[in-house]
Amino acid sequence: MNDPSLLHSTTIIDKIRETADIHTYRLRIDDEDERKRYRFAAGQFNMVYLFGVGEVAISIVSDPDEPETLDHTIRSVGRVTNAIARLGVGEHLGIRGPFGQGWPLEEVLDRDVVIVTGGLGCAPVVGAIEYIFRRRRHYGAVKILHGVKTPEDLVFQERFERWGRQPDTEVFLASDRPGKAWRHHVGVVTELFEMVSFTPSRTVVLMCGPEIMMRVGVPILLRRGLPPTAVYVSLERHMECGIGLCGHCQMGPYFLCKDGPVMRYDRIEPWLGRTGV
Amino acid sequence: MSSGDGSTLPSAELPRLLDVLGAKGYRIIGPTVRDGAVVWETIRRMADLPIGWRDQQEPGRYRLERTDSRDIFGVVHGPQSVKPFTFAPREPLIRIERTSGGWSVHSHLQPAEPIALLGARPCDLAGLAIQDQIFLRGPYQDTAYAVRRKGLFLIVVNCTRALPTCFCRSMETGPRATRGFDLALTELDEVMLIEVGSEAGQAILAELPVAPASEALLAEASARIDACARSQIRSVERAKLPQVLYEVHDHPRWDEVGARCLACTNCTMVCPTCFCHTIDEAPDLTGQRTERTRLWDSCFTHEHGYIHGKNIRPTIKDRYRMWLTHKFAAWHDQFGTSGCVGCGRCLTWCPVGIDVTEEVAALLASDSRKQQKTVSQRHE
Repeated sequence: MNDPSLLHSTTIIDKIRETADIHTYRLRIDDEDERKRYRFAAGQFNMVYLFGVGEVAISIVSDPDEPETLDHTIRSVGRVTNAIARLGVGEHLGIRGPFGQGWPLEEVLDRDVVIVTGGLGCAPVVGAIEYIFRRRRHYGAVKILHGVKTPEDLVFQERFERWGRQPDTEVFLASDRPGKAWRHHVGVVTELFEMVSFTPSRTVVLMCGPEIMMRVGVPILLRRGLPPTAVYVSLERHMECGIGLCGHCQMGPYFLCKDGPVMRYDRIEPWLGRTGV
Repeated sequence: MSSGDGSTLPSAELPRLLDVLGAKGYRIIGPTVRDGAVVWETIRRMADLPIGWRDQQEPGRYRLERTDSRDIFGVVHGPQSVKPFTFAPREPLIRIERTSGGWSVHSHLQPAEPIALLGARPCDLAGLAIQDQIFLRGPYQDTAYAVRRKGLFLIVVNCTRALPTCFCRSMETGPRATRGFDLALTELDEVMLIEVGSEAGQAILAELPVAPASEALLAEASARIDACARSQIRSVERAKLPQVLYEVHDHPRWDEVGARCLACTNCTMVCPTCFCHTIDEAPDLTGQRTERTRLWDSCFTHEHGYIHGKNIRPTIKDRYRMWLTHKFAAWHDQFGTSGCVGCGRCLTWCPVGIDVTEEVAALLASDSRKQQKTVSQRHE
């Protein structure tokens, strides 16, 4: 187990623009021994640290089999992330981690996978999707469902197009308020849950996005015969320590930094619909 | 070492205990009167202890009064539990300095000074045991906590007087300490009954002019402690906990208590078990160095539930519900124990006198649906 308090200095070796306020930072741990020792699983996160400013929890979206470079997709939205956005290639960020429970990608080998994302929160599943496509023959049919408010919110458009060209793969997009050029579904992503075809007995669902999408959407899938144990959701809370000690990321009995961020639906279901938890 | 046997020391000989502890290299910390309350301070002589003082506590009220008694431990407790000595309110962790290739990290960790804490209460020890569970027995051990904890010599004083705010009997954490101490004292007029709880405690006792306790004295101590338990007027009905609290998420009582709560964080600051913390990042003016310090945090602050532009627990009602549900329900799932020890500090130090035992009782009332109806009727 990695030491949770150890802060590794890293260098930004690439900064990839996703949108005006979202960038993917490719990080390399400076210390060679630490770099060789570092391992992570898809869906885990690091606490990313900026000298003199602070830390923020960011999921690792690159491939766990190539742990010498670590991609973190970061949207500028708060004090720390706005400061990180001013950094360029060659500058330094710290990382602590990896923390948390990732996607059950080894458990679901040979099964069909439905991946659902909503809004801008799809970074944590990007890593899972890329993981599956790099090992394409080990997985069954893949369906990717993604909902956005407007077409402008379609952050990883190029990736969705590339994913849609993969064998035995379908991509479904939905927009609430589309423009004239929108060729996909008009409406919210949960409407796609009624339309997508899947075999309940051999399908696993991976979901990331607003909790309202999970609360409204998962029951639709369950009514279609999917067992609640086959649905995994990635949840967000205020995370500081990464090891379930600082108390901020609680949701019911769970510390999402340690017990999550990926939770099996049947375990978290009682708390999903509740306000203020 | 069983609680059945014990030794006695005349209270007038208690200075000998201070001498022996001092000679062993301990800094002695005990209760002392300051600014109208009892706080932990270094004890150099008997006069530093609150001899003859008593505390009066009620929800939202704390007063000290002088009495004619010569009791040394007549004050039950002040706002501080044992917690600040192991989980420090402000713990400098690391200093980071910029270097040509990035930065270097320097730990602030120091060996802890050996401290003998004189006058902890059984509920405080119960709180400490819970914090040990959190910081030492999980998948990760907290180094700063472990270092401080190791240097602590604990002299507990069993309670023979209950405050109106005490409910340790119902939480089964007092008023007699059964474990977790080095020495346990029971003050009986002019005599201290001393029980040993560890080898370190035995070593201290061996240097004191003690006599074996008589059966009559042991019986007297038990009788006073039992009377203290029986005199407690508050309790928490634990039979239905923790599950029921998860089921009353929409209970109207949360609105009612949320409207009274000021979210001042006092309850979490005085609680012996609350463990939330945050990191303060303080760069110096040159921009070449920065200090990372751990500070106590509270689930009642606006920032506690903040996440990229929104607050998960935006209302005080949300935060009170979070706090109470965590203490009495989620804590069991997380750490296998209640998060409440019944010390009553959160009642006393609440500026509006919210009584957690009253809140739990209202939430557990079996006719909660009926109550819901009553409230909605009242609003019509």
